[in-house]
Amino acid sequence: MELIFEIGSKGRHLSLLPECDVPKVELGEKYRRTDAPHLPELSENEISRHYTKLAGRTHGVNDGFYPLGSCTMKYNPKVNEEAAALKGFNRIHPLQDPSTVKGALKVMKMAEDALCEITGMDAFTMQPSAGAHGEFTGLLLIKAYHTDRGDMARTKIIVPDSAHGTNPASAAMCGYQVVSIPSGPDGCVDLDALRAAVGPDTAGLMLTNPNTVGLFDKNILDITKIVHEAGGLCYYDGANLNAVMGIVRPGDMGFDCIHSNLHKTFSTPHGGGGPGAGPVGCKKFLARYLPGLCIEEKADGEFDLVKAPGSMGSVKAFNGNFLVVVRALTYILMMGKEGIPEASSNAVLNANYMRVKLSDDFKMAYDTTCMHEFVMDLSPLVKETGVNALDVAKGMLDYGIHPPTMYFPLIVHEALMVEPTETEPKEVLDQCIDVLHEICDIAHTDPDYLHGAPHDTVIGRPDEVEAARHPVVRYTWE
Amino acid sequence: MALFFTKTHEWLLEGDDNTVTIGITNFAQEELGQLVFVNLPEAGDEITAGDAFADVESVKAVSDIMSPVSGTVLEINEELLDAPELINDAPYDAWFVKVGEITYHEDMLSEDEYNTFVEEEKA
Repeated sequence: MELIFEIGSKGRHLSLLPECDVPKVELGEKYRRTDAPHLPELSENEISRHYTKLAGRTHGVNDGFYPLGSCTMKYNPKVNEEAAALKGFNRIHPLQDPSTVKGALKVMKMAEDALCEITGMDAFTMQPSAGAHGEFTGLLLIKAYHTDRGDMARTKIIVPDSAHGTNPASAAMCGYQVVSIPSGPDGCVDLDALRAAVGPDTAGLMLTNPNTVGLFDKNILDITKIVHEAGGLCYYDGANLNAVMGIVRPGDMGFDCIHSNLHKTFSTPHGGGGPGAGPVGCKKFLARYLPGLCIEEKADGEFDLVKAPGSMGSVKAFNGNFLVVVRALTYILMMGKEGIPEASSNAVLNANYMRVKLSDDFKMAYDTTCMHEFVMDLSPLVKETGVNALDVAKGMLDYGIHPPTMYFPLIVHEALMVEPTETEPKEVLDQCIDVLHEICDIAHTDPDYLHGAPHDTVIGRPDEVEAARHPVVRYTWE
Repeated sequence: MALFFTKTHEWLLEGDDNTVTIGITNFAQEELGQLVFVNLPEAGDEITAGDAFADVESVKAVSDIMSPVSGTVLEINEELLDAPELINDAPYDAWFVKVGEITYHEDMLSEDEYNTFVEEEKA
């Protein structure tokens, strides 16, 4: 397919710009560029067709099944878009007087209240723009707490070895030393290893529950107790909240602060680079350090925007990605008190249905009831046939299915991590199960076919090694 | 000069004056796949047996390389930084670091012992 720079014709352009109605100013010689910029020259019609063609080459949740583990690629109801398109939400400016944007502030407040209820926290900031940004903000809360108490010896953050790579990265960004603790044979936190790791230098623990292998850590109350008794705080990575929303609350598990990926759990579009939203919630004793401005509703129905007394400052401009919050609140209100836990239950049911149906041909990394996702260990298949997780993932593309997450978590070799989500009907799950069985058969009869997959997609198998060693990240003109 | 191996798949070549050269084994590079990035310590850094002293990145994952000795880094193989593929092409030539002033080393395997260990791992 041609790039936008390669289509169109010299001199072709849109004529939508109005006449210039301010005095022209000549820039000095040294500020002027010597060559004309390389801009595409196309008509609106050509631009529209170009991007429609591009969109046809991607795979989104509107095109087909997208069981990308840990990413919660659930269907995004269109009513969310309708709400986000309301003029009162998208034709406003963050610097407007609060009295003129009461509806928007009410939305922020309602979203905060709903998230508090779902997670068991007392306050939220909407500023962080996605999950890792939320982790960073949450750790800054923990840091502010210890610093405020004059407890400067707490320099370490404990992270299980199954954690998302962003956890240790966020801790390091905050200036913490990362202590990795091994998981037990059951995939959960090894309590003895945790007891050995905590001490007067422990600032906190970062954990997802259910964890990265899709299992609910049944020792969670012991885990948070061990950390608290050592003087540390507990951070909940909300990446897997979709498994438990409305059923069990991180706040009740003993966590002090969390982020929620609105774009995963609360169904706003993602996967194309954003925008996301990773609001951070905390218990009352940490709320004084929250970034940005907190929304307070007064008795007369007016709103105040108030800076928390010990605020860390701002982690993003204004109130974060507001329209993502509008979409998430729409979703929460549409689902209601009954629908939210039902969604989680169905997400768990769908994952277990697939796990059991696939257990004949594929080894499960942990052979036990899972939560919203499960991890297959393809190392036996590699030994028998030479076909690895990458080959199976590429093979799925030929059936119009987005592959699961590959080679993650790192503690499972040849991992494929499947998260079907609650929004897929049984027929879709059955089709994917059939496809994986068929691929398993092909692996035994014609492994080379899978080594060469995908065969029917526009782009075959990119040379990932060459791309990583010698990346070409921008277009260059002759 | 004697060549030794570890259960974490590093090789060590003993040099003169209490020094060793460290790299990763052929089995390790096969398991890791094509490498695209290498992170090495700096000359002068202290490294500790059992701790990571370098990491390598494949298209799949980043993996730590564990040090089998405690000592001081004398020299690093800067060539690897620009050409990590050398590790895949010739793992026993592509040394990572030379270490001196060694105060401690972990239990080592001979070539035969290591080969037996790898066969057991594969089985």
